[in-house]
Amino acid sequence: MTIAHTFAYHKPESLDEALAVLGGYGSGARVLAGGTDLVAWLRDGVVAPEALVDLKGIPGLDRLELRGESLWIGALVTFNQVLESRTAASWPLLAEMAAVVASHGVRNRATLAGNLCAAVASCDSGPPLLVHDATVHVVGPSGARVVPIAGWFKANRKTALAPGEIVVGIEIPPVQDSHAGCFAKLRRYRGEDLAQASVAILVTRAGSVRVALGAVGPTPVRATRIEAALSGRATDPEAVTAAVALLAAESSPIADVRATREYREHMLGVLLERGLEAARSRLAGSGPPYGTEIL
Amino acid sequence: MKKTVHLVVNGEPWELDVAPNDVLIEVLRDRIGVKSPKIGCERGDCGSCTVLLDGRSVRSCLVLAIEADGHAITTVEGLAAPGHLTPVQQAFVDSSAFQCGFCAPGMVLSVHELLGHEPNPTRAQVEHAIAGNLCRCTGYHPIVDAVMTAVAAGAAERAIRDGTLAAVGARAGHADDGAEVQA
Repeated sequence: MTIAHTFAYHKPESLDEALAVLGGYGSGARVLAGGTDLVAWLRDGVVAPEALVDLKGIPGLDRLELRGESLWIGALVTFNQVLESRTAASWPLLAEMAAVVASHGVRNRATLAGNLCAAVASCDSGPPLLVHDATVHVVGPSGARVVPIAGWFKANRKTALAPGEIVVGIEIPPVQDSHAGCFAKLRRYRGEDLAQASVAILVTRAGSVRVALGAVGPTPVRATRIEAALSGRATDPEAVTAAVALLAAESSPIADVRATREYREHMLGVLLERGLEAARSRLAGSGPPYGTEIL
Repeated sequence: MKKTVHLVVNGEPWELDVAPNDVLIEVLRDRIGVKSPKIGCERGDCGSCTVLLDGRSVRSCLVLAIEADGHAITTVEGLAAPGHLTPVQQAFVDSSAFQCGFCAPGMVLSVHELLGHEPNPTRAQVEHAIAGNLCRCTGYHPIVDAVMTAVAAGAAERAIRDGTLAAVGARAGHADDGAEVQA
């Protein structure tokens, strides 16, 4: 099936040019990076923009590097580049997540920034970036701004990005304590399935616990009440049981073609318990290597 | 509004006028006549439309033809000299790794990319590499068996030596090595 909708295509060679082109369409243009969501949406008629503004001609947006102590993931960096990066390896939760996004061929093209902008409820990049307190760097007609990831997701497929704005990169700060984490994604089969539920966990030597949930509500979310219940008590079985009980208040899973609501609710508890165990044992130096399936 | 794009398809330069909504797989099949990439799910799930774009496997159903301007595309037709097969292709034939064959081009290309940077993969690495290529006939075992047979016979080393693998299998640069992203 061809794409029935017609649109103009622009490939600007600088950010300024991109902003000018984008601004000329008001809210009528879409930004194109890897296109793995956008081209499918165009074919399905989910979106019908007047124009696409392809970022791939803009130098510098493909950088994956350290900026100060933070990791910088430019808007054109693909999931496979995150997965293969020696620099990003200091944030192993990112590679653990990237490895289970879609399939190798999609990851060669799909960008992490694009995943954040598509902002579907099941987006894999959301939970790990939430526990890492990432920030989204945006430029627009009125200049640059930095959006904390906690304020990024507004609703299913809706973000804090305003018309005319472009994401230029994601900044991931270092964790200022010895730490370990786990990203676990429940899916029907390995390779090319969306999450039925996902959990990202980060635990520190000092006892703080960060938890974020994916695919069990309209957006990925930080589970702050669960974090409070587990703070300093991540190894206490009673605290873990209490945390699992709090999942009902922190999530609102739906039934769809991929799973029933009840299955998601139950498995979310399993993900949290096993994810905590993996993160704690990794912190102690004895856990399963990152990338090991814990389900 | 159509735009002239320049593609190199299986080593052959092409100049074509494409519309922004022309998808790469349609241009490859209907304009250029390369029929090995198959139209399956058209949403990136099945892998039957896999092609190599600058040596990396991509879903040609999710790439606009206009995005491929200035890039090299390789399909199974271009892996070996005309009339010849790569050692991996030969192993697939010898092992009867296909039944209907619809997934075959995508499988071969995914494996080809893997062997370009990992000439001696484990079975798990092969399974991981083809995890996004769906096969409805074989149950996958004959396909993985064929790859492992080829690997054991030194297929990748031979292919690199005779130039059929290095030509397209070189891994694209890492972003943190300062290399350009392969658009």
